[in-house]
Amino acid sequence: METYSLLRQFADSWMLLVLFAFFIGVVIWVFRPGATKTYENPSNIPFRHEDKPARDDDADAKEA
Amino acid sequence: MTNYIKLIVLGLITLFALIAANYARDLAYLVNALTVALVAGGLFLWVLRHTDEPTDSIDLSGEYMDGVVRAGVVATCLWGVVGFLAGTFIAFQLAFPQLNFDWAQGFANFGRLRPLHTSAVIFAFGGNALIATSFYVVQRTSAARLWGGNLAWFVFWGYQLVIVLAATGYLLGATQSKEYAEPEWYVDLWLTVVWLAYLAVFLGTIVKRKEPHIYVANWFYLSFIITVAMLHVVNNLSIPVSVFGSKSVQVFSGVQDAMTQWWYGHNAVGFFLTAGFLGMMYYFVPKQAERPVYSYKLSIIHFWALIFIYIWAGPHHLHYTALPDWASTLGMVFSIVLWMPSWGGMINGLMTLSGAWDKLRTDPIIRMMVISIGFYGMSTFEGPMMSIRAVNSLSHYTDWTIGHVHSGALGWNGMITFGALYFLVPKLWNRERLYSLSLVSWHFWLATIGIILYAAAMWVTGIMEGLMWREVDANGFLVNSFADTVAAKLPMYIVRGLGGVLFLSGAVIMCYNLWMTVKRSPAVAPTNSAVPAE
Repeated sequence: METYSLLRQFADSWMLLVLFAFFIGVVIWVFRPGATKTYENPSNIPFRHEDKPARDDDADAKEA
Repeated sequence: MTNYIKLIVLGLITLFALIAANYARDLAYLVNALTVALVAGGLFLWVLRHTDEPTDSIDLSGEYMDGVVRAGVVATCLWGVVGFLAGTFIAFQLAFPQLNFDWAQGFANFGRLRPLHTSAVIFAFGGNALIATSFYVVQRTSAARLWGGNLAWFVFWGYQLVIVLAATGYLLGATQSKEYAEPEWYVDLWLTVVWLAYLAVFLGTIVKRKEPHIYVANWFYLSFIITVAMLHVVNNLSIPVSVFGSKSVQVFSGVQDAMTQWWYGHNAVGFFLTAGFLGMMYYFVPKQAERPVYSYKLSIIHFWALIFIYIWAGPHHLHYTALPDWASTLGMVFSIVLWMPSWGGMINGLMTLSGAWDKLRTDPIIRMMVISIGFYGMSTFEGPMMSIRAVNSLSHYTDWTIGHVHSGALGWNGMITFGALYFLVPKLWNRERLYSLSLVSWHFWLATIGIILYAAAMWVTGIMEGLMWREVDANGFLVNSFADTVAAKLPMYIVRGLGGVLFLSGAVIMCYNLWMTVKRSPAVAPTNSAVPAE
């Protein structure tokens, strides 16, 4: 089989399946139980450390 | 020690650039080589004068690196005005061909200025905005100073050099005639170096982050940086005719070259103008609205859906060409599917304001951000529609496409950048507030009316010329000649130019307002949090 046909066949079968499964996996992962609570903290990241970086003993970053 | 290495490298670059200028085969290459020699020579002198000076090694890890962000904000404003001015001028050149002055033939006619305009707004204005905001956002959301010390400054100045080399090259005729990838081989190589340094700074900062989670804005910025690196390298595979000339020959040819070009071109839209600017949206909209993003879950799905789908949409630029039907159908289908993540992202941005809609009345900056998200929604609806083969047969090669691009670029990219600039300048220069909010309102209305004039004029003229081109009489002969469509478009071309004037004057007002903010606005009263950490 020439390279083009081989690659094409691989692309529209296994690769398509892998990418599709990965994407569906991400969606399911995002809606896993307890996710709402988990994502509460990251969604507030823009409201911390506005003026200076966290120091190593910074409480905010540790508790996250 | 490092200074001696720098001196050797800079000296060699200056020498080789001068040799290249001496043997230059064309004017563009000569000017570019002299520019490089001048920059490298200047840097050589600068490093030389500072060699063996004691370096004060203060620990700066307790502060953010904002100098480079400030420089980026200034560059964004300046290049923005240059790009808008060039665009307005070429809009009038189309309406009034006399503006292609005889004395400037070969340098400032439409064909030479058009890539200058597109590159200036996309890569100079948009690119500087992306680099500056990504450096700002990645530091705040990682709670860490930029990685790599002065490497960030290298990225900034290296990128400005890319812009200057590309722009002077266009005017003097160096182009590889690939849309949005016009710069010739040596500029491409230099951009690759700068871009990898950019990736290193950004990724290095994420790696040393203090926040356990990588905030969603950084995901978008990172996908933008990585994908643009990949697109740029593959689409610019070319072999120079001579090392002393600007001309190069593409490695791909025919339909493969066309497909590679539009795989690049559409993902330049998808990852440069969408993913990167969505990174901006996911940080600056929550900041200005003072509430977290509407749904963090939706933002994660938005990200993965967008990057999985966008990369396949390119073939819709090549309907009814030598491209196989299956490939153009694939591009069309993916373009339509893309509608979903785009609108998911739009809803996520808009709904961030839920419970704070009153800010629309009081805060012109929020208004700017909201209308930019609105334009994002509109142009990501229009785009998939235009990618459908039947619609495309009417819209392709007409001004409708240009109207679509501008409602995206002026509306979405422009407005979200203006919003981010208005947010950033008081923070970066430590000012209490902007100089004038009513000037922001002026900017908002001038820009909005300008875009509406532009987009409406292009819809009318685009659909009109599409219909005129395909009109046949009872015997099957074409009714209109090409010149008939050109004559019919004149009124809309003038309206488009006026829209450009309004948009440009809005941007000039913004520059004045930001300048006065830095000069005149009262400084923030010192508090504990503003004191450096050491």
